[in-house]
Amino acid sequence: MTKAPALGKDLVGLEHLSAEQIRLILETAEAFKEVSERPIKKVPALRGKTIVNLFFEASTRTRTSFEFAEKRLSADTVNVASSGSSVSKGETLVDTARNLEAMRIDMVVIRHPSSGSAEFLGNRIRSNVINAGDGKHEHPTQGLLDLLTLRDKFGKLEGLKVAICGDVTHSRVARSNIWGLRKLGAQVAVCGPASLVPRDIAALGVEVIPHIDDAIRWADALNVLRLQLERMTSGFIPSLREYNRVFGVTRERLERAQKDLVVMHPGPMNRGVEIDSDVADGPFSVILPQVTNGVAVRMAVLYLLAGGGPDWQHQGGGE
Amino acid sequence: MPTRSNLLDERAVTRALTRMASELVEHAEGPEGLVLVGIQRRGVQLAARLAQQVEQLEGRAIPCGALDITLYRDDLQAIGPRPRIGETRIPGDLDGRTVVIVDDVLYTGRTIRAALDELADFGRPRRILLCVLVDRGGRELPIQPDIVGVTQPIARGDRVDVMVRELDGRDAVELVRE
Repeated sequence: MTKAPALGKDLVGLEHLSAEQIRLILETAEAFKEVSERPIKKVPALRGKTIVNLFFEASTRTRTSFEFAEKRLSADTVNVASSGSSVSKGETLVDTARNLEAMRIDMVVIRHPSSGSAEFLGNRIRSNVINAGDGKHEHPTQGLLDLLTLRDKFGKLEGLKVAICGDVTHSRVARSNIWGLRKLGAQVAVCGPASLVPRDIAALGVEVIPHIDDAIRWADALNVLRLQLERMTSGFIPSLREYNRVFGVTRERLERAQKDLVVMHPGPMNRGVEIDSDVADGPFSVILPQVTNGVAVRMAVLYLLAGGGPDWQHQGGGE
Repeated sequence: MPTRSNLLDERAVTRALTRMASELVEHAEGPEGLVLVGIQRRGVQLAARLAQQVEQLEGRAIPCGALDITLYRDDLQAIGPRPRIGETRIPGDLDGRTVVIVDDVLYTGRTIRAALDELADFGRPRRILLCVLVDRGGRELPIQPDIVGVTQPIARGDRVDVMVRELDGRDAVELVRE
């Protein structure tokens, strides 16, 4: 039985993972896809493990996906949302987590509006911590499911050209994608309004393509980011209509490129803003396969983290 | 220095598999409803060979699959870094079928316990048989094979290596003394 290299205690981001570790997660996810196709979609791998999903921001897809992944591995799960919890009474993040830990949990999946919160928490509690999105920093499992979806479609990531389009500055999805894609040998470009593309982005080994038509012509795959509508009021873009006209991924634009493209979107979509319905529901879209892959990737991460790390047998977690 | 000695050479493996294939059909009372499932890794190749042999004997194709039991292991919480997971591929519905679990070496029986649990999640076979190339003794669970290539009690601490052409370039069964 070949042992896999350990992943460490926490999954905070793809920045600090090696290409080998990322490949391990993708290969493990490949095996987990089959579990969700079984008549009984459940394996006993995490039996007896207790996992808390600690969500300080709204989420449907990511939280549900983590919960399915946990349940399909036979873990016991509890969801804690910030509203209606003692967080709204002013309890600090660490106090919340330490109290949960006192109830003998094994893992925490955290989504939080502050960049760096997952790492901060991971350094202060003994449980495994998985980042489900921290501010503008990273959303590693989204990055991984995007990598898996691209690999399914193209067979490999080396040399693949991926354009990340839209609000790059505020996007943790963009950052996790950039780290993951670069490490596995893909070429990455970003395309969006100058006000929403960080000026120092080239330092990450990323090209900037100002016009969406040029990005479409260059790319094998587009990852269309959600335009965070709250940015509208902050003056980053003049209007949604103008955004759609200048940067929207439309069927006309894709047809003009006269080639097969793969179009991804992390959801939730603003139809008619960053992506048109024709494209989202069209033949190039892999938006729903992304969601299916999300469960497999999260199962892989949970499975690997539960066995890795120097501290893996803490507080009686190993039976 | 570990020493290696031959338990079965290439020809002996072929002879054993030929005999096992006919025993298998006999045991299952014909090829109807027969499904072979090999345990990752080398059980998979052995199952494919047996299926081929049964096909030659009976003139009909035998569905053949693969099972990775890693996620059903009873020591998963205690082994630290996770083993890599291989492919699981169950050919069709198992309800009412005669499923033959094929593995290279039978030792403690814990792998087969895991395989039985996993198969139960895919359906309800009429019957499950166990077919192994080597039975080395040392059982820790009440599990016995139905069809065996070679029975050879081997001391705890010694190892049996099964090699198959498809993965190792040759067929052989070797005893390794550490």
